[in-house]
Amino acid sequence: MNLWDWNYVWQILPDLLRASLNTLGITLVGFMIAIVLGLFLAIGRRSRKVWLSWPTTLLIEFIRSTPLLIQVYFLYYVLPNYGVSLTAMQAGILGIGLHYACYIAEVYRGGLDSVARSQWEAVIALNFAPWTAYRAIILPQAIRPILPPLGNYLIAMLKDTPVLSAITVVEIMQQAKNAGSESFRYLEPITLVGLFFLALSVALAYLVRRLEVRLELR
Amino acid sequence: MGELIPLLLQGAWITIQVTFFGSILAVAAAILAALGRLSNWRPLRWFCVAYIELFRGTSLLVQLFWLFFVLPLPPFNIELSAYTVAIVGLGLHIGAYGAEVMRGAISSVGKGQYEASIALNMPARTRFRRIILPQALLAAIAPGTNLLIELLKNTSLVSLITLSDLSFRARQLDQATFQTLEIFSLALVMYFVLAQVINFTMRGFERRLSRGRLRGGLS
Repeated sequence: MNLWDWNYVWQILPDLLRASLNTLGITLVGFMIAIVLGLFLAIGRRSRKVWLSWPTTLLIEFIRSTPLLIQVYFLYYVLPNYGVSLTAMQAGILGIGLHYACYIAEVYRGGLDSVARSQWEAVIALNFAPWTAYRAIILPQAIRPILPPLGNYLIAMLKDTPVLSAITVVEIMQQAKNAGSESFRYLEPITLVGLFFLALSVALAYLVRRLEVRLELR
Repeated sequence: MGELIPLLLQGAWITIQVTFFGSILAVAAAILAALGRLSNWRPLRWFCVAYIELFRGTSLLVQLFWLFFVLPLPPFNIELSAYTVAIVGLGLHIGAYGAEVMRGAISSVGKGQYEASIALNMPARTRFRRIILPQALLAAIAPGTNLLIELLKNTSLVSLITLSDLSFRARQLDQATFQTLEIFSLALVMYFVLAQVINFTMRGFERRLSRGRLRGGLS
């Protein structure tokens, strides 16, 4: 038996590449959910209204300290009993988006805290409505320092997508498992999946570093 | 619900063991890899950089599957139990992240500390053990706590390589009883409690390490 069988690699590569598109799609859609939801969570956590800030804080801490796998199981197996049936793909994207929204909310919180106190005082003095204050004054200043950490969470999210194979989402890891279980050769498919993640995350990490230099954050 | 809890707790016990042994391995790997990266000997430095990048860049589940499904087959023929794979895989994975934390912590120790120990004619090994490491560990505790909680959360993935941890038990009980809401809620709460235990333990550890230090630190 060959150590590394190139014929087998060419045979499974098209399916793996097709599944890798799913991995990328899940990551991108999940990331969009996370950056939007994360913003609401961050603003909710900073609210002066205790009935809003307290539950938001608890939710963020709870989701951050429990495993993504169980959260995804929860969405996929529990919700159908209450009339909300999600496909594996929907539950997976929603689960990963919600999980990272809680991490990203903390990034936003750091960004909002980095805006100078005088800016907050100025919007109060000028009697801006809270929504206008955030949109016109605070957010534009808070965005710059949070771009690199957001990039890092995008990378982390990409590397967490294989978890979704547990609820049968056909992303690259699930495809590799299928290929392996048909042929009883796991070396090539799993190594290829590893290389896929390594190449993408090294490339993305390089881009994030370039962004940091560009924004003069270092 | 009363009969679910003991069964889930059996799984939680496995989760605790994997977290405990995994974190010991992770701390050791982190310190060694951070030192190796700072070493002057090039092959060692490259080896440590390769280890760190490889384990940070590929996904944890891919690593666990590689160790569990690829290693037993020829040409490797190394058969490890799911329990061993879980500890080794998680330890090395989190260790690679920890190495970057330790590197930052070691370089955050003030230059004056190095100069003082050289002036006192302290051998390099004693300098590291008595002067640098205690201060670096203190600086590494806050980011290290987050990594340990990551480790705890990531133990759930070992259920996918057939180890009957808390997640495995939850999934198994769910298939047997269909008390889906109760089971997964209980599992989430158990993980949350374990994460808080790590939090409190590490905070206590931080207090112990910082005992006798001047406030604001020496540097």
